[in-house]
Amino acid sequence: MPKRKDLKKILIIGSGPIIIGQACEFDYSGTQACKVLQSEGVEVVLLNSNPATIMTDPVMADRTYIEPINAEILEKIIKKERPDALIPTLGGQTGLNVAIEIAEAGVLEKYNVEMIGAKPEAIKKAEDRELFKKAMEKIGLALPKSDQARTLEEALKVAETIGFPLIIRPSFTLGGTGSGIAYNKEEFREIAKTGLECSMISEILIEESVIGWKEYELEVMRDLMDNVVIICSIENLDPMGIHTGDSITVAPVQTLTDREYQKMRDASIACIREIGVETGGSNIQFAVNPDDGRMVIIEMNPRVSRSSALASKATGFPIAKIAAKLALGYTLDEIQNDITKETPACFEPTIDYCVVKIPRFTFEKFPEAQPVLDTSMRSVGEVMAIGRTFKESLQKGLRSLETGLTGLIDLKKDVDEFTLYEKLKTPNPERILFIKKALQQEMEIDALYEITKIDRWFLHNINELVEFEKRLVSYRKLPLEHIPVEVVREAKRLGFSDLQLAQFFQSDQQALRAFRKKENITPTYKSVDTCGAEFEAYTPYYYSTYESENECEYQSKAE
Amino acid sequence: MKALLMLEDGTCFEGQTFGASGTKTGEVVFNTSMSGYQEILTDPSYKGQIVAMTYPLIGNYGVNEEDVESHRPWVEGFLIREKSNLASNWRSTESLEDYLRQHDIPGIEGIDTRALTRHIRSAGAMKAVISTDEAISRDSLLTLVRKSDSLVGKDLVKEVTSDKPQCWNKKGAYKVVVLDCGVKYNILRELAKRNCEVYVAPAYSSAKDILGQKPHGVLLSNGPGDPAGVPYVVETVKGLVGKIPLFGICLGHQMLGLALGGKTFKLKFGHHGANHPVKDTTTGKIAITVQNHGFCVDVESLNDPDIEITHINLNDQTVEGLRHKKLPLFAVQFHPEASPGPNDAKYLFDEFINLMKQNNA
Repeated sequence: MPKRKDLKKILIIGSGPIIIGQACEFDYSGTQACKVLQSEGVEVVLLNSNPATIMTDPVMADRTYIEPINAEILEKIIKKERPDALIPTLGGQTGLNVAIEIAEAGVLEKYNVEMIGAKPEAIKKAEDRELFKKAMEKIGLALPKSDQARTLEEALKVAETIGFPLIIRPSFTLGGTGSGIAYNKEEFREIAKTGLECSMISEILIEESVIGWKEYELEVMRDLMDNVVIICSIENLDPMGIHTGDSITVAPVQTLTDREYQKMRDASIACIREIGVETGGSNIQFAVNPDDGRMVIIEMNPRVSRSSALASKATGFPIAKIAAKLALGYTLDEIQNDITKETPACFEPTIDYCVVKIPRFTFEKFPEAQPVLDTSMRSVGEVMAIGRTFKESLQKGLRSLETGLTGLIDLKKDVDEFTLYEKLKTPNPERILFIKKALQQEMEIDALYEITKIDRWFLHNINELVEFEKRLVSYRKLPLEHIPVEVVREAKRLGFSDLQLAQFFQSDQQALRAFRKKENITPTYKSVDTCGAEFEAYTPYYYSTYESENECEYQSKAE
Repeated sequence: MKALLMLEDGTCFEGQTFGASGTKTGEVVFNTSMSGYQEILTDPSYKGQIVAMTYPLIGNYGVNEEDVESHRPWVEGFLIREKSNLASNWRSTESLEDYLRQHDIPGIEGIDTRALTRHIRSAGAMKAVISTDEAISRDSLLTLVRKSDSLVGKDLVKEVTSDKPQCWNKKGAYKVVVLDCGVKYNILRELAKRNCEVYVAPAYSSAKDILGQKPHGVLLSNGPGDPAGVPYVVETVKGLVGKIPLFGICLGHQMLGLALGGKTFKLKFGHHGANHPVKDTTTGKIAITVQNHGFCVDVESLNDPDIEITHINLNDQTVEGLRHKKLPLFAVQFHPEASPGPNDAKYLFDEFINLMKQNNA
């Protein structure tokens, strides 16, 4: 299906000020979209209240309005500019909300502006809990079990059928008063009673708690011909109960068999079709019970999201750019894969490395906030690391946080048993270091799993770093030149920095570096090429790792 | 313990032993699926091949008794970047390493699988030897690999086909005989799921034997190696064409191509992965398909105007499916049964059921 000829002028909404939960990732997606539309000869009108973004650079749009992002302003712009269409899915939640608002007010109809990418009905279906639940039930996808109750007797009956732990939410209360989590009958009785009293209509919603379940995300794209592809799968190291934005996440998924992954893939495809996102990307989240594999769908974002930016960088597949092209009417098979050039964008990227995203917190700047993580996002940024293994990427990522870590280092303080348990149990920004501490104290993986609910595979990998570190430290009395070269090479492959190694060996960073170079232990560069090296890459980007082949040979200027 | 992979062009990769020890030759290929190693290991189509996984972290979720595509693993050797020393999944019953040991499959971990993949991509799939025996010198390994058989023209089907007729599913509305050239269990499961009575016939069965069972349709299965190496199966297929509804998958597609007078050729490094876009030329729809083949039907060689190309691979424009306009038969080069990989093309099993229905009406 070729590009639509009737879309000559398109309005894009940016994401406004940078706030926690909505940062520069939307500037990245919006900028990509502006570039695509302009290169396709479309006149771009942009609304964004934040002048400190790349998308508001004068060259990015034909007309840029730096005005508050609200319905009133948006209507004025539409009245003045009379665009043919509006793309609401590239500016994060802000853009989506305001677009819905003016759609419902009849503004789009009045000025004959088409919403492209996702229609208002689709957005509502994804965002409204009740509508979403109904839609998912229709296609046979389970949500966490839930039911309502109007009396304590009813509530107890519901609790029995669903099973603990349970989340209790009173209907029609202000600010969620009277809600809570119950782990047993006694607690439940207490919370349910209060909840019923708090509710204006004496009604509570009782929901199965999926806290501690494994958390997954899939990035999905769809075109007007109904072709659907999965761009990237992501597994959260931190289980359900911690906002994805605050979780350490890994791409691709690590601990699902193919059967389980395909079930999730099928569910994602059914979901994007049922919700009716016509073109572009969506992010779909799932929880999986670690004990029996039961999968529930948590939510769907019918737009380019924070994870899309990560998925784009993690795979080499530019989601926002392709989403903009799809909105214009192109189909996935008509768009070339920019990196391989000869193969189409209608495929599913395969990666041959491990991507780790780590959130960056600045609790020190918010003295009134407790450094504890839950379902509200608190991180102010994130880093992404690429390596050949999880261990290597984790250490690279920790180093990139600019919080002074040189890798998975030791916790700088002594903790008693009780504090350690608390810090493992209650998610917090430093939990990964407390995990290391626990492993150094020979805590069993199973016990650590029971406390943290972090999948044993991740804990085991962290433990392998701890074990290797012990081996490295055992060489501390030897001069550098007596340390086995293979051990140093293996350490570099596991992502240890020169500074870490120098400390283990009681040497200094420069000496370590010189030793490593002399022994020819130097990084190689591998490309991110979307295809696991199956096809030649023309415009890849690179990550460093310690392997046998270097794909990015230095070329001197004379060449 | 050190282990070596020696390619016939003299390129050598060194890593650590993983799985069983031993020395085995085969054709080295790479697979780009990120999950599904157990299905890949047990797919009989990999007989004669040493498989390298491009995804570096393998063994994470262990192995279980359900995700198998035949009764044992068939690869000659297995090459990975990093094995997981812990299997984490509620269905896992055993570690991958124990499983490989138990089935005597040698493997190497710790090699630069991306470098190997890039080498195969430019030099083509080639003969190789995997050895965990440090007593064998590199020169001897090179001699060994150069003397070993090539896949071209070789009959590998006889190594993997069942030795006697078997029943997979006793009851059903349609009786299907699956000509077993190395069939994956999921083909059988998909037929049973669609209410078919399923019988598995050994590859040496004659057309007469098969038709004698009075089935509603025959499925020509996937299998290893070069279709030109099994002329006796092609003869059987010739005897079935036009007499009964036929559905060919992978090697079955190539066999049908040959039976219809076409030719096959060897691809440079084949298609082995779970992300290949295939366009259905009748509907224009694209399916992300699972592929595992080193040979391909030559489109130019099929000059019967009644043969229609139904599917095209969007990566390299090779033939992925064909159909006869007058006779009840169709085939695809990819794997609609998935396992491992996307389920996008499962609808083809429904088409086979419809074909049997129409033929019976």
